[in-house]
Amino acid sequence: MIYEAIIMGMTGDEAVAWAAKQVNPDVVPAYPITPQTIIVERFSDYVNDGLVDTAFVPVESEHSAMSASVGASATGARVFTATASAGLALMNEILYVASGLRLPIVLAVANRALSAPINIHAECTDQLVTRDASWISLFGETAQEAYDETIMAFKIGEHPDVMLPVMYGIEGFIVTHALERVDTLPDEAIRNFLPPKREISHVLDPSEAKTFGSLVLQDYYMEIKRQQEEAMERAYHVTKEVMAEYSEISGRKYEILEEYHLDDAEYAFVTYGATAGNAKAVVDLLRAKGEKVGALKIRMFRPFPGNDIYEALKGKKAVAILDRSATFGSPGTIVQNDLASALYMKQGAPSLHGFINGLGGRVLMHEEKEQIYDQVKQYHADGKTHTQEWVGYRS
Amino acid sequence: MGRVQELIDMTELPMIGKLNKPLKEIVKIDNILTGGHRLCAGCGAGTMARQVTLAAKAMDQPFMITNATGCLEVATTIYPFTAWKVPFMHNAFENASATASGTIAAFEAMKRKGIYDGEQPKMIVFGGDGGTYDIGLQSLSGAVERGHDFVYVCYNNGAYMNTGIQRSGGTPMSAATTTSPAGTKIPGKIKWAKPLAEIMAAHDIPVFTASPFYYRDLMTKTQEALKYEGPAFILIDSPCNLGHKHAPGESLEITKLAVQTCFFPLYSTYLDNWKLTGESLKIAKGQSEKLPVTDYFKTQGRFKHLFEPQWADKLVEIQKTIDEKWERLKKKAGF
Repeated sequence: MIYEAIIMGMTGDEAVAWAAKQVNPDVVPAYPITPQTIIVERFSDYVNDGLVDTAFVPVESEHSAMSASVGASATGARVFTATASAGLALMNEILYVASGLRLPIVLAVANRALSAPINIHAECTDQLVTRDASWISLFGETAQEAYDETIMAFKIGEHPDVMLPVMYGIEGFIVTHALERVDTLPDEAIRNFLPPKREISHVLDPSEAKTFGSLVLQDYYMEIKRQQEEAMERAYHVTKEVMAEYSEISGRKYEILEEYHLDDAEYAFVTYGATAGNAKAVVDLLRAKGEKVGALKIRMFRPFPGNDIYEALKGKKAVAILDRSATFGSPGTIVQNDLASALYMKQGAPSLHGFINGLGGRVLMHEEKEQIYDQVKQYHADGKTHTQEWVGYRS
Repeated sequence: MGRVQELIDMTELPMIGKLNKPLKEIVKIDNILTGGHRLCAGCGAGTMARQVTLAAKAMDQPFMITNATGCLEVATTIYPFTAWKVPFMHNAFENASATASGTIAAFEAMKRKGIYDGEQPKMIVFGGDGGTYDIGLQSLSGAVERGHDFVYVCYNNGAYMNTGIQRSGGTPMSAATTTSPAGTKIPGKIKWAKPLAEIMAAHDIPVFTASPFYYRDLMTKTQEALKYEGPAFILIDSPCNLGHKHAPGESLEITKLAVQTCFFPLYSTYLDNWKLTGESLKIAKGQSEKLPVTDYFKTQGRFKHLFEPQWADKLVEIQKTIDEKWERLKKKAGF
């Protein structure tokens, strides 16, 4: 059943806050950081105006935000928080505790460059480098996706087969502060999609002497870590199911990958987050010139859908990975490395060319993307299978 | 605020004999921290934890524990076993207070929403001196400022004992540790311990110091702290025979000497209302003798170097400073 949309005008941050308000989480521990601040400001309004029943815990750091999230989530409470950049880096230690204790905390990330030099603008390195923390990791392209992914994130993480925390990123300012039309669901739809009480069997409960956060040594540690991997593998299927279910109530098609003119394409851009919009625009420009090019957006970064990406890119000649993230001394860009691992030795896999771009909010113009396209075609003609380079900077 | 009033109206702290039940009844309660834990023989953390949790259990209300990483945590929760008979949560080293604040907030919200129908549990947080004086101070101060209803118990053994006796902000002046060794040029730690109880008192919350030797005083203070609706802080002198270097059987005798020498005075304070308690009150009143700090130092290997002729002046300086600190405390307590 598709619910009739309630159309609103919101920035990406406001869309996240509005979705969080509708979910009405039990606990929101949060600490402000640009460009996430609007999320916690709006949510504070909802708390102080009595529009949510949430216990808002205005902690003194992001480390404490994630720590309080862990303490709250262990009770079976539904927990939401949000951060960016340095805040996510400060949380890093406790990200592993959250996933290791199998706590489905939901974390919105306003993707922002890391210091130094200090910079407050868009870059996804902050989120991508948490790839080994056993968090489900999604990216959103627009304020609409920010809204929708907020709601889906709870359902994915809390699924009894998963029980893992979920983070989803929207790029700083480009999405967080840009005003867009957002089609929202009525509260009733969200209550039906996400019942107020979590389904959970093992919780920190005053009436039961359970110990959480034990010291686990050589005899059990690896088994517990292996269970996380198995949960991550199940999360792949659960995420697909939840996105399909959400598509049915919202009328907006959600999948872990989004394909754009890929079927007959010989070349493709691979992107995630807001860059996907630019890539689609460039595909349109190139298609108008008769080029056989398409785009693939990776919505789910962890678990990494390697086989799905292979199926989508099989038979293409070459792809350009537009990676708005920095990595140094690496054989590829961050996403390119995963792609290379997923496609290696597979029949019909395209050659992979990674482009580090857009750091600290730098804009990559359409002309520059067209140049990348020409370059990738040339690499293919020259027989190059793998390159990594920086684009859009002054040398 | 009714309970606050009850606390500050108490005229004679400590409330000796004012436990909510006779000790003869309280000792019938099964230990909350059971045998089979793997704390060292002679460790004060187990003793202090049993006293605190027995006092809490005697109050007949549900309570939970959050524990910072440290000896007490690692030695009592080795998977797949646990020594705890109450709900217990460990997150990490520096964040026990933040973790507890999330747990407390969760029950408040879930009760409000009708998702949780049990009683709001009391929360006791345990942390060592490393987890409290140093790495966990920000988290503790933040949680106290926000006013969550919890009792933070710092068991202070004066160094990072769990990792091998490294100096902390709670290590006493001149104590030898593995990172402040008794060298030929520098005699152990070169700074006094951070005044943690005073720092916590400056948050305008009830603050208590306690010693496991004076168990009735410790348990009474625990109950007072739990009765308070809001954050309260207890600093407990906790012996570590491996780190302090003495025989396991001497631990409690040594904590007694810490009080008798005014090295670790017993008091309660709330809103600048300072009250000496127990043995410290007797010393202030002249009813008990104040012993020289050397009586305390000579029991422990960590202070052994101070008795070499080279450091004779240092010992005099330490005694002088302890006397000054004691006089300042006495003055605050109205003596």
